Amino acid sequence: MSTPFYVSPQQAMADRAEYARKGIARGRSLVVLQYTDGIVFVGENPSRALHKFSEIYDRIGFAAAGKYNEYENLRIGGVRYADLRGYTYDRDDVTARGLANVYAQTLGTIFSSVGEKPYEVELVVAEVGETADADQIYRLPHDGSIVDEHGSVAVGGNAEQISSFLDQRHRDGMTLAEALRLAVQALSRDTNGTEREIPAERLEVAVLDRTRPQARKFKRIVGRQLSRLLQAPDAASAPTDVPSDTEE
Amino acid sequence: MEANTRSFGRLPAAFLTPGSSSFMDFLSAHSPELLPGNRKLPDGIVEAPHGTTIVAATFPGGVVLAGDRRATMGNMIAQRDIEKVFPADEYSAVGIAGTAGLAVEMVKLFQLELEHFEKVEGEQLSLEGKANRLSTMIRSNLGMAMQGLAVVPLFAGWDIDREKGRIFSYDVTGGRSEEHGFAATGSGSIFARGSMKKLYREDLTEQQAATLVVQALYDAADDDSATGGPDMARRIYPIVTVITDEGFRKLTEAESSEIARSIHERRLEQPDGPRAALL
Repeated sequence: MSTPFYVSPQQAMADRAEYARKGIARGRSLVVLQYTDGIVFVGENPSRALHKFSEIYDRIGFAAAGKYNEYENLRIGGVRYADLRGYTYDRDDVTARGLANVYAQTLGTIFSSVGEKPYEVELVVAEVGETADADQIYRLPHDGSIVDEHGSVAVGGNAEQISSFLDQRHRDGMTLAEALRLAVQALSRDTNGTEREIPAERLEVAVLDRTRPQARKFKRIVGRQLSRLLQAPDAASAPTDVPSDTEE
Repeated sequence: MEANTRSFGRLPAAFLTPGSSSFMDFLSAHSPELLPGNRKLPDGIVEAPHGTTIVAATFPGGVVLAGDRRATMGNMIAQRDIEKVFPADEYSAVGIAGTAGLAVEMVKLFQLELEHFEKVEGEQLSLEGKANRLSTMIRSNLGMAMQGLAVVPLFAGWDIDREKGRIFSYDVTGGRSEEHGFAATGSGSIFARGSMKKLYREDLTEQQAATLVVQALYDAADDDSATGGPDMARRIYPIVTVITDEGFRKLTEAESSEIARSIHERRLEQPDGPRAALL
């Protein structure tokens, strides 16, 4: 009978982390930015039906990079968590912080349990507040750690590069059109620094808009509204970009 | 994964198990005690406030749904400003006659059911699907209905596929029927229906349809002691909601008081309301 090879815990964890990171890097990156009226999610996604961004609850949105079946599973778990919590207590008792903690615990347990393969996903949970100061954005890497972010955040394979690009250019109080164009600019830069064009139909864009009259602040931006926002020449001449509900 | 059912902190396995898009199905599997239908009731009759008359009417371009504001418990007026008409989602609304406490809870669960489906699937249920879902919920309440705690809703919405407003009425067993033109439910519904029968036309404008349903509520309150008319002294007016292709809208207090006041003015001269032609 042969004795199993000894693998140090450090090595085992490093291997698992590398496995998860490689999986995440296969997908495309996405970014989440604050703008004056809320939070905008931007990513490259050729599919119209399989979303990277979605609504979790009134003020809470979800974004994910990595393996679709795994983050879809987490997304539905989050919707169930939020709906059950809101039903048991009150709609105001559902918070992004609570949800992010649950996701962190879930990812952390999966990552460190030997019997399971680590999830190849990186998540963002964002909640739009009454004011920009009250906005919350949490980034959740594959290992269950949790990072409280401000301004802008990128997840996915290219995240580090995109993040540093955004950190230099993102500022508070951007309009939706400005934030959106900055996000597209960040996403279109390749690893080697060259730019490529991402056509509007390959973009998935959603917002958590605090000015929406409804309690549910999540809204997808598609079609004419998306092209109008992408084309707005510059900040000075851009019209006020309040997403209208009638136009879709 | 199976070792983690109900552990704290991480999402319980039931949350991550692929399953149906229905929140009610999830609840009945995970926390069945939270479902209203699963509650055990003691024997005997429970006295609880009841809501009364709900009316609805379609017009080209949409549908209006309205309710009076009175809740009664036996002979007593339990509440004068109760709300019995609620948005179910962006394109539909539900008005409830029957046991107020259960009805409000049922509406809350119904709203959540529709929202949950929409979030999980990424698109809304069809109007027909929403109406059927409400049927199931009423059916699960049958045990309580047998003890006098019935809930009888009226469901109205804009059908995006057929591009028209539609009304569905229910009985206590969950039996569902689509109504054409107008409908009413609750103790004052016989009078409301008679009123609308004489006044309804197919070419009403939105404003006229809103006036029509308030006229009907006025007539119901006139003859049914459990239905409350517009309360001018306390400024409590019927709740009127409109659903069109632009979605759900509740008339502001200014708008509904305007309609109620003008009807009231006319009734001071003509207590029985507008007259229909004899032939």
